Amino acid sequence: MTLPSSSNGQIQPALTSSLLVCEHCDTVHRRRPLVRGDVARCARCHAVLEWHQRLSLDAMLALVATVMVVFVQANVWPIITLGFNGEQIHARLWGIIMMMWREHSQVVAVLAAGTLFFFPLCKMLALGWLLIYARWGRRAPGFRQVMVVLHYIQPWTMSEVFVLGVLVSIVKAQLYFDVTPDAGVFAYAVLAILITIFSGIDVRQLWDKIPEDAP
Amino acid sequence: MNAMPRAHELGLIGCHVCGLVCRDTQVPDAACPRCGASLHRRKPDSCARTWALLIAAFILYIPANVLPIMRTVSLGSVDDNTILSGVMELWVKGSPDLAVIVFTASIVVPMMKFLVMGTLLLSVHRGSHWARAQRARLYRLVEFIGYWSMLDVFVVSLLTALVQFGFFSAVEPLPGVVYFGLTVVLTMLASMNFDPRLIWDGKDEDD
Repeated sequence: MTLPSSSNGQIQPALTSSLLVCEHCDTVHRRRPLVRGDVARCARCHAVLEWHQRLSLDAMLALVATVMVVFVQANVWPIITLGFNGEQIHARLWGIIMMMWREHSQVVAVLAAGTLFFFPLCKMLALGWLLIYARWGRRAPGFRQVMVVLHYIQPWTMSEVFVLGVLVSIVKAQLYFDVTPDAGVFAYAVLAILITIFSGIDVRQLWDKIPEDAP
Repeated sequence: MNAMPRAHELGLIGCHVCGLVCRDTQVPDAACPRCGASLHRRKPDSCARTWALLIAAFILYIPANVLPIMRTVSLGSVDDNTILSGVMELWVKGSPDLAVIVFTASIVVPMMKFLVMGTLLLSVHRGSHWARAQRARLYRLVEFIGYWSMLDVFVVSLLTALVQFGFFSAVEPLPGVVYFGLTVVLTMLASMNFDPRLIWDGKDEDD
């Protein structure tokens, strides 16, 4: 197999659509069209190379819109309610963050704010922005930068972990107090499920789906 | 036999960020024409960075386990919990299944990360061919489950916010939880900086 080498010292895209390089072992594969339910795996290291996108752009946009609504609810509604001496104490996400800040655990406050609020929010807004334009077959303004940002914030959203954390907290707090889960937890649970569906979206395919129209 | 050519043998580079396959023209500081990210044949100083982050994470993991992460004050009794004693308490008084989950997330997963990343780095240094496919799979597993360790940090935060009133009872976060949070972040950074392609580098003879 020979590939023409470029003469000028420029980096050029090589056969963009026909080749795939496995990120985990650097093996070059020829790209094949995938049908519903197909997953392409690397023949050397078995890492997933790409998979068939079940959702259309419209469906993805609908999903993003749904996640946004649920996200607002998860942040506005109290997550857990504690009954004590006839009083009720509600804990909301931002209350938790503020409390950790005041309790000299600023590092934890920043981590929670980032992984539970800012990164998920950025991810949704960025995807929404890209998809709104993508529906019309266009690249959104700042497409390149937004795609790069999306790539970097991907691993730092931890809403799913938080749901499990709420569950553990309820059991722990019940040792001493009367606690009840609140609407916010259910919003978070739904959010966790939606995020799992979300992770089935291979954002990178947008690069190929919406080709650059301007040179 | 070269049934499965590798990118660097063909003079190609796959972009880390957008996945575009580019020609490698040996230019230093080359950037991906599609997304603008810099192109590397391998992540730069991957081993050194991963070692540094892993060792830093391990050092922080000691106070994270030794120091208490949370203080519960209820009706005059003050109780300092470390990660492990929190798990024990959950096992004895709460629900054993959740205790297993918390134990896995905050003890097993970080320890496994240290062991797996350490093994990967050592085997890469030696250019070992041993169990390449299995090592590659271990790396993917570690990347996939790493962030679940944040569980205990969220639990402490939630309980603090919830039980923060009155004269009788309070929950306070203690320094252990800060160290633990940092450990999780550092181990995540360590596995991101590791370049799994190094596992497959070196002389190819058996694949």
